[in-house]
Amino acid sequence: MIRVVLPPHLRTLAQVKGEVQLDVPGRVTRGAVLDALEARYPVLRGTIRDHVTEQRRPFLRFFACARDLTHEPPDAPLPDAVASGAEPFLVIGAIAGG
Amino acid sequence: MSGVRVLVGTRKGAFVLTADGKRARWDVSGPHFAGWEIYHMKGSPADPDRLYASQTSGWFGQIIQRSCDGGKTWEAPGGGMTMEPGQMPKGESNKFVYDASAETGKPLTTHQWYDGTQHPWEFKRVWHLEPSLSDPDTVYGGVEDAALFQTSDGGKTWRELAGLRGHGTGPKWQPGAGGMCLHTILLDPSNPKRIHVAISAAGAFRSDDAGKTWKPINRGLHSQYIPDQTAEVGHCVHRIAMHPSRPNTLFMQKHWDVLRSDDAGDSWREVSGNLPTDFGFVIDVHAHEPETVYVVPIKSDSEHYPLDGKLRVYRSRTGGNEWEALTQGLPQRDCYVNVLRDAMAVDSLESCGVYFGTTGGQVYGSTDGGDTWTAIVRDLPAVLSVEVQTLR
Repeated sequence: MIRVVLPPHLRTLAQVKGEVQLDVPGRVTRGAVLDALEARYPVLRGTIRDHVTEQRRPFLRFFACARDLTHEPPDAPLPDAVASGAEPFLVIGAIAGG
Repeated sequence: MSGVRVLVGTRKGAFVLTADGKRARWDVSGPHFAGWEIYHMKGSPADPDRLYASQTSGWFGQIIQRSCDGGKTWEAPGGGMTMEPGQMPKGESNKFVYDASAETGKPLTTHQWYDGTQHPWEFKRVWHLEPSLSDPDTVYGGVEDAALFQTSDGGKTWRELAGLRGHGTGPKWQPGAGGMCLHTILLDPSNPKRIHVAISAAGAFRSDDAGKTWKPINRGLHSQYIPDQTAEVGHCVHRIAMHPSRPNTLFMQKHWDVLRSDDAGDSWREVSGNLPTDFGFVIDVHAHEPETVYVVPIKSDSEHYPLDGKLRVYRSRTGGNEWEALTQGLPQRDCYVNVLRDAMAVDSLESCGVYFGTTGGQVYGSTDGGDTWTAIVRDLPAVLSVEVQTLR
């Protein structure tokens, strides 16, 4: 089970409290996690990455295990601790998201 | 029992102000969508409980919200939670993609940037939502970078009416200070195929075939900030207003100048008359008097606040040229707010109500056509838009 922490505005939009827990089939990459997140919460489509190009929205960043993963390729594997559920994958709005 | 519902979009959320027909005591609900910019909210003329809102953020993009109960509850029409992937339709209600397809679209061109160079077309947000006059599920959306979209399924999916963006003059369109936005959409109640739109800074356009093809309607406009001051396009039109009983008469607040047209925009003439300054953003028409027009003069294009620190609405009862200042109940010293282009509206009760919101967070209302004003609320976030529904 993958744990995802969303910024407050996106938690409100998705109507969730606290962390989101997702089943992610196959390799645990940022792209796979976001695919699973958007499938579960379609309202989040377009809020983290572009609908068509799937490029990251410019004011959002991705952290995990005290590392900045923002500029890692979307198909790069996430840290083992994220894949095992020991650590969450963090979606962060730059400067708290406005 | 009659009443009014005032829909207020602000920089940090939406507010719904309601009152009975006396308009003396107001109930304030909100903030809805707290912390988000609400560029516009508007109700369907065909179903007053159906509301649409444009919720937007530089961080998280564009969200469309819909209410089916007059604003008590809201939903993103294309995207609630799905318990299992693929169980429900995917969220598409936030998806605004320019139609560049060979079948129905127009190629993506560039537009002029502030420095005169060409810049790619990029979707940023929805500025204005204009529900159909007859179908609660059909809504037009005016967006930045300028284009017109339409939904016919209550906001679940949106498609571009690409004939406007692809009309051919796009490379001459340029952004104003707020961005290159399509901010005004007027539907002609006497002709379902006629639509007027206005774009900053491109000008006004009209379609007579329900949005398939468009022509610029800017003859008579003079703008000092473009090389050819009477060019076909490039004018920074801030707002257009129409009285439903006279759809061929349009009133325009341009960057500078107040104008009117009596031939559905084919030609315009200036009616600024005795206004102390003819820069401004809003313009609207009295609900029962098609020649009574309201503007809020702003000092200049570089000083976006009222002249002399006095917040004054100006009213013309002669369709322009002769204007009177309306000041009773409005601050007449030390006032340096702005009134943005979508932040004025009128109700259609027997004594016409007029409402406007300010960047200082006040929403002022008048129940006597502008003679006297009171602040319904004083301390909201900066007001981006005001719409009114008259409930009967």
